[in-house]
Amino acid sequence: MPFIPHTEADVREMLTTIGAADIEALFSEIPAALRTRALEGAPQALGEMEVGRLMQQRGARDGRPINFIGAGAYEHHIPAAVWAIVTRGEFYTAYTPYQAEASQGTLQLLYEYQTMMANLTGMQVSNASLYDGASALAEACLMSVRAHRKSRSARMLAPATLHPAYLAASRAITEGQNLKFDVTPYEQASGLTQLAALEAHRGQDITAVVIQQPNFFGLLEDVDAITDWAHANGALVIAVVNPLSLAILKPPGEWGEKGADIVVGEGQPLGAPLSSGGPYFGFMTTRQELVRQMPGRIIGRTVDLDGKPGFALTLQAREQHIRRSKATSNICTNQGLLVTAATIYMTLLGAEGLERVAAVSQARTTELVEALTRIAGVKLMFDGPRFHEAVLQLDRDPAGVLRALASRNIVGGYDLSRDYPELGHALLVCATEMRTREDIDAYAKALTEILAG
Amino acid sequence: MIEPLIFTHSRPGRSAAAQRPQSAPTPAVPEKLRRKRRAALPEVSELQAVRHYTRLSQLNFSIDTHFYPLGSCTMKYNPRACNQFAMLPEFLGRHPLAPAEVSQGLLACMYELQEMLREATGMKGVSLTPMAGAQGEFAGVAMIRAYHRARGDHERTEIIVPDAAHGTNPATATMCGCTVVEIETLADGDIDIEGLKKALGPKTAGIMLTNPSTLGVFERRIQEVARLVHEVGGLLYYDGANLNAILGKVRPGDMGFDVIHMNLHKTFSTPHGGGGPGSGAVGVGQRLLPFMPIPVVGKEGDSYRWLDERDLPQTIGRLSAFMGNAGVLLRAYVYMRMLGREGMQRVAEYSTLNANYLQARLRKAGFDLAYPQRRASHEFIITLKRQAKELGVNAMDFAKRLLDYGFHAPTTYFPLLVPECLLIEPTETEAKEELDAFVEALIAIQREAEQDAAKVKGAPYTLPVRRLDDVRAAKQLDLVYQEGG
Repeated sequence: MPFIPHTEADVREMLTTIGAADIEALFSEIPAALRTRALEGAPQALGEMEVGRLMQQRGARDGRPINFIGAGAYEHHIPAAVWAIVTRGEFYTAYTPYQAEASQGTLQLLYEYQTMMANLTGMQVSNASLYDGASALAEACLMSVRAHRKSRSARMLAPATLHPAYLAASRAITEGQNLKFDVTPYEQASGLTQLAALEAHRGQDITAVVIQQPNFFGLLEDVDAITDWAHANGALVIAVVNPLSLAILKPPGEWGEKGADIVVGEGQPLGAPLSSGGPYFGFMTTRQELVRQMPGRIIGRTVDLDGKPGFALTLQAREQHIRRSKATSNICTNQGLLVTAATIYMTLLGAEGLERVAAVSQARTTELVEALTRIAGVKLMFDGPRFHEAVLQLDRDPAGVLRALASRNIVGGYDLSRDYPELGHALLVCATEMRTREDIDAYAKALTEILAG
Repeated sequence: MIEPLIFTHSRPGRSAAAQRPQSAPTPAVPEKLRRKRRAALPEVSELQAVRHYTRLSQLNFSIDTHFYPLGSCTMKYNPRACNQFAMLPEFLGRHPLAPAEVSQGLLACMYELQEMLREATGMKGVSLTPMAGAQGEFAGVAMIRAYHRARGDHERTEIIVPDAAHGTNPATATMCGCTVVEIETLADGDIDIEGLKKALGPKTAGIMLTNPSTLGVFERRIQEVARLVHEVGGLLYYDGANLNAILGKVRPGDMGFDVIHMNLHKTFSTPHGGGGPGSGAVGVGQRLLPFMPIPVVGKEGDSYRWLDERDLPQTIGRLSAFMGNAGVLLRAYVYMRMLGREGMQRVAEYSTLNANYLQARLRKAGFDLAYPQRRASHEFIITLKRQAKELGVNAMDFAKRLLDYGFHAPTTYFPLLVPECLLIEPTETEAKEELDAFVEALIAIQREAEQDAAKVKGAPYTLPVRRLDDVRAAKQLDLVYQEGG
């Protein structure tokens, strides 16, 4: 019996104490008609060795192709110490720190995390995480409606260059609360949001303007101008950022005259493996005045009975277990373990280390673009400043090209043609510090052969 | 605080040099978009970082180190194999948007997990994408809303929630744009059927139920509840927080539920991680199949692919950027394969045995059960109302003193309708000796409370900190460390 410690003698003794004839008697309150027969459809138990073999086979089937996709999830070096510590049982198998005295490790770590995220984003306060970047944006939109008391519209202006899944998730999650999303087009030549596109909404009641930096095409938006436009038009600013990029890019707290109001994003680049899409974590930081509108767990430093400093969950009056139907969000469990990884990652890298990772990733992408655009049938779209992703135009449908690349052990990019049909045969590519010159050459060689075929 | 903040270890110019690219070009960023001042992150050596976070870990209670009978949270053993096999390099290195051709191994695991969960719950379809229980709840209520709307039934906006429910239930209903109608629970722990009848009507979208309820008892008239709700056109939502109690014994689908969420981090033993990541997979009956959140894994012949809005045009949509917490799902998959069909049934049997044994022993030791006439499910409630009144020692005091005895406290003051309560869930993975030691600790604390109440009220004494000033934490907000602070 896997993981069950009871001996037969234990069971007998326990049943005697309970006064029950057998274990079945403990289920006597379940109506007989409802009782389940055996779970015929479930497989027989396997030992750890057999499951291990099965999982190795499943993994081997997928192999380890060289990855050139970003599109919201980025492959970076993760120091060995990060997951060695994260998977210590004391972090891995603890729960939400309801008993603060018995959870000071997790609580102090989360306080350190909040400090690091506030510093990185240039904001004053941070929560202790949300689920992922997309759902964090949805929560930010809901928060902006609570925070912006003068706005009655619950209308968001979101750029067409926002990650398409972020827009989709934000719509799905906020749908019941009647939020509206107006999507502003990007300029065809530059791939950027221009003020002219926003001007169409001048005079309207807009609750918040969403700005993604870098945008989904990897390009750097004129965040100062958009932030100032939003504030001049009475809207809050929600920044969606890659936290790693903030090692070299202006933090949202300094955008424009007044800075962004709410900052969210995907925390995955900070120490979480690609892991097929999760678990990652969403982060959220904001201005001090808005802290009571922020969803999710928040950790505060306080003192104990002896006046000694310690940490506890705070501002719980916002949360579902206290306020129930009037809570800021239904969020309960979030992504504590991933935040543990991110905190250790940021500590090991430091600001200068993050800066180097960002700078090398940017340079590798430039190398990749140079190598691929030398191939007949491949052109660069949008040549403005970018972080570590670029849009390439192919001379044929990217789907077939990506399949051919996959058969050569290369995951060649994200096909943009479904989300952005107006771009034609467009492919979004990314190279981080993990990609070597040899990786890039291998990609160029394979693509040359495929496009020549 | 016995370990200084990481920031106090920081010295300008210090680094964990092996962890950064050995050289880097100057970033190519236009002046006005450039960061001017580096973020104030720690500058420490690798050993300093490792030692600091290892020491922090040692300040935690956890399942690996302590009995952790936190009611409604199912703190069972998290097998190490689940972690190791989910962290094979091929799974960790796989990009979520990699083509299906190089993802068949992962997709096979996900598809089989969907099938096993379907079988275990008696539902017709499963979507694995919700990233936590509360998001699974959201998906469930959003599907109920979408179902009514698709039928042109726009007036159904009321969600019925028993007063014993988790706070996430009413919060979720609000998030979905519904109004909450609360109904009462009877003295025996069952739902007040007459109250339910009054609450039901043409505006009823559905009801959210946990069964066994948060009171630790099985809702005996569940079939009648299901019939009444369905008769008025509403749907039934099952909160899977307590699925551990009934796994393989009774299936939500057979009870009449139309939609359920499962906390894989409870019943299926994925780690709680100090507060996540969780996973809130949802199962649906026939009526809600078209509305499942995407993506879902489909099988065609021998190959697998992600199904999206082209396959499920009525979906409630995406809840995450990619496909939910895939790594958590892999851990649950490994766990279920190790349990197998019989192992799953034993989960319910032995978690129920442990709870009833603890309940019986505590009753014999003189503690008051909240529902003495009922069988415990996988958890049960004791109320310390008498101790609070007679000795001035309340449930929080007992909980804090338990920490000194080396046990994580049960859930306190929840459910809200039982005063001074401890909600105790031992899980199936605890040995009898551990349960006995826990009973002895509570008996010892009771004795202390009778002889020296102040001692119990001052607890804990042996932890890194004593009781913390929560009022100060909320009034004098200190959420971010300031240099020199």
